[in-house]
Amino acid sequence: MVIPAPPGKMGPVPLPAPELLVGQSPPRLDGLDKLLGRARYLDDLTFEGQLWGRTVRSTVAHARIVLIDFDPSYDWSGVTRVTARDIPGENVVQLIDDDQPCLAWDVIRHFDEPVALLACADREKLEEALRHVRVEVEPLPAVLDPAASTQVFKHYRYEREAGRLAEAFARAHRVVEGSYRVRHQEQLYLEPNAVCAVPRADGGILLHGSMQCPFYVQRALKRLLALDDERVAVVQTVTGGGFGGKEEYPSMIACHAALLARAAGRPVKIVYGRGEDLASTTKRHPGVVSHRTAVAADGTLLGGEIDVLFDGGAYSTLSPVVLSRGAIHAPGAYRWPACRVDARAVATNTPPNGAFRGFGAPQTLFAVELHMDRIARELGLDPLDLRRRNALRPGDRTATGQELRESVSALEVLEAVAERSGWASGRAQPKGDGPKRRGLGLSLVLHGAGFTGSGEVKLKARAGVELTPTGCRVLAASTEIGQGTITIFAQLVADALGLPLGAIEVAAPDTSRVPDSGPTVASRTCMVVGGTLEGAARALHRRLAAYAAEVYGGDAERIACVGGTFREGARAIATFEEVARRQLADRGPLVIVEQYSHPPGIEWDDDEFRGDAYPVYAWAATAVEVEVDLDSYETRVLRVVTAQDVGKAIHPLLCVGQIEGGTVQALGYALMEEVVHRDGRVANDRLQSYLIPTALDAPPIETILVENRYPHGPRGAKGVGELPMDGPAPAVAAAVLDATGALVPELPITPDRLRAALKLGAAPTASLGETPLGAAE
Amino acid sequence: MIELVLDVNGAERSARVPPLRRLLDVLREEFGLTGTKEGCGEGECGACSVLLDGELVNACLVPACQAQGAKVVTVEGLARPDGTPSTLQRLFLERGAAQCGICTPGMLLAAQRFIDLGATPTDEAVREALAGNLCRCTGYSKIVEAVIEAAREARR
Repeated sequence: MVIPAPPGKMGPVPLPAPELLVGQSPPRLDGLDKLLGRARYLDDLTFEGQLWGRTVRSTVAHARIVLIDFDPSYDWSGVTRVTARDIPGENVVQLIDDDQPCLAWDVIRHFDEPVALLACADREKLEEALRHVRVEVEPLPAVLDPAASTQVFKHYRYEREAGRLAEAFARAHRVVEGSYRVRHQEQLYLEPNAVCAVPRADGGILLHGSMQCPFYVQRALKRLLALDDERVAVVQTVTGGGFGGKEEYPSMIACHAALLARAAGRPVKIVYGRGEDLASTTKRHPGVVSHRTAVAADGTLLGGEIDVLFDGGAYSTLSPVVLSRGAIHAPGAYRWPACRVDARAVATNTPPNGAFRGFGAPQTLFAVELHMDRIARELGLDPLDLRRRNALRPGDRTATGQELRESVSALEVLEAVAERSGWASGRAQPKGDGPKRRGLGLSLVLHGAGFTGSGEVKLKARAGVELTPTGCRVLAASTEIGQGTITIFAQLVADALGLPLGAIEVAAPDTSRVPDSGPTVASRTCMVVGGTLEGAARALHRRLAAYAAEVYGGDAERIACVGGTFREGARAIATFEEVARRQLADRGPLVIVEQYSHPPGIEWDDDEFRGDAYPVYAWAATAVEVEVDLDSYETRVLRVVTAQDVGKAIHPLLCVGQIEGGTVQALGYALMEEVVHRDGRVANDRLQSYLIPTALDAPPIETILVENRYPHGPRGAKGVGELPMDGPAPAVAAAVLDATGALVPELPITPDRLRAALKLGAAPTASLGETPLGAAE
Repeated sequence: MIELVLDVNGAERSARVPPLRRLLDVLREEFGLTGTKEGCGEGECGACSVLLDGELVNACLVPACQAQGAKVVTVEGLARPDGTPSTLQRLFLERGAAQCGICTPGMLLAAQRFIDLGATPTDEAVREALAGNLCRCTGYSKIVEAVIEAAREARR
């Protein structure tokens, strides 16, 4: 097969036989170590002369610091103490707005904010020492309700044909209004946060840790410690889950460990206990989303106004970008002839909210999807038909004005789920007349692959391959956090080089040894970094084919490596290993690093919030059947059927693993998971009180992989990491509505909320300011 | 301090430890068996599950003195004598039952205990047996599949 080369590259590339590894499911490369108990996570490593580090935290939501008092009568020998005064560079955890200090100095802005640090070789003495630090404060009034906040971190307002909105509402058959609320959710990676900072002889720092984004950590450390690139190296260790929770917070912990390590002159390990992790690290943004929609009698959407309010917590951290993804996904997978979206993220005196799988989209998609069910009910339409009528099709434009050209699968996933879930007969079935009622609901969502807007253009992600005597080594900063990064990278590269999987090594993400491929977030690892690696591997193949032609004779354009041997047509020239060894001996090391660039025609305007918000979208439809017990008001999910268009499943087993895992995490969001704050403090900071689904809560899941290939993705792939988080919660709410006639406009749908909704009768509306978003109930 | 002597994965081990030291810490820090993980420290997540005289326990809740003279099996003791993975471990790998891997050691021991009991491996029975072990990555279906298959092979 001959495919045209990308513009600006060498001529036609003879590709090895396609589909060698991509599309198959070989055992994951990190699997055996994990199953045999040999994988070393951060806390499994010991460092020579290592101390343990602990964080002194605030016990008030908002206050002025008067004094940080280290008890003068206590024996501090063997204990290293650090406050903001000891920071050599800037007291900031670098991210976007850089408003979050590494250690609070003058003002405390949330409960459990880091104020001082201690390190000691003896853990018992360390715990004792913690009790001898007193932070004297003058309390300030705390803002806990985002509706009452006057500090706006970010405000976006965008429109499509706004001039036609008034007309749409004037000629509407019906105007449907609804307000929907979501709460804090904890990522709950099973491995708590953990880092170890090792001081270096040159005054630099080597930081090991559980994380998603080594270069975020490196940049934060450089700024905090006023060090240059050469003196800060960050290495990711085997990471026990992330889900966004290890996107930005590891920078904070790394800064703490590094300050202690420099002060003590010894390695310092910080491993959070579950309680500290739950109480102090980032959560999914809570929020309220309100819809006002003009619809025709047949259910056609005529126009909509959408308001989004997210609670960012005490510092802006990632709120601006969480909000932009939330705002762009707020209109959902539908055609809006006229639409206006107004979205704000505001400050409260609660621990900062941040990245969590889906990144703003699950919140706004819950609202628009449940709103569709409200519209269907008010108009007496089938929710499936309403979605069919309004779903985006190829050639349509989204609310940001993006023309959808490729891989647009809303109708395809919807029809697949309608058929496999038995939608028509399932909806027609009696709901039951005893205490147990059954219901069926569905949702349709889209999820933008890669960074929002101009993110990828600004980042210029790089990734590469290095020739080894027997194959090649992948060089990328993308982290394996369980989702399968290293395995799919090896598959893509092996196929591009005509090699078996075993010939590919993947270098550990170490900022001193790999190029900056950007963070492992935003469903971008496969499409953006995988695609860049595939390009680099093809370039390496061209170089080796040219070299083989030069050394062994033949036409470089017609030489290809297939199954580990370079061939020209039927003629075998030399094995890959022979060519590689000879090339290395002859010409020295060979490293090819490429930079990602968007395919042509992708344009985004940051100021106007218009254009191609993402290069492409992934699509999913999900049907959920529930049983609601009207005696206990408990909802049980009986089964899930989901169809997801990921472009191409590089490794179908891992891909389905992402979908099943994301679906159950989303069912937790729908029914049980809620971080409760009391006076600004996380009240349920234990696994006894913050519950996630167990094997008994998880239903059987039927997954239909739809592969509507994206021509600019590696082998057609888009993104899958976040997509499964978006659809299940609104589908559960729709199924509860079908079963009971009660629309519960708030997550999670706890027995209390369902009972309240049933008392109110059909379709109650959550109103802003009823109870503070963060308040305990 | 007590002189703790016990059988870990078929070998006798000993250590001088405070009687209330957690078995989890003894395994990880005294014996270097870091395959057993800590997820919550209060017996809720099951990441530190080990077999103590054949019973499934959370090693974070077992004081060292209670393990005196006991037979302990950890994830490091599940492989075949030649170091290759057991049927259960192989099926976890083939079926995609491990992702981030941090719950995997405890999950394997809960599954092994279920297999050892010899009960009929229905979906419900397996889910019941694994209900004390949290996994945040997989959604459990792949784990349940692997355990059912391993239990069937063990009964053959």
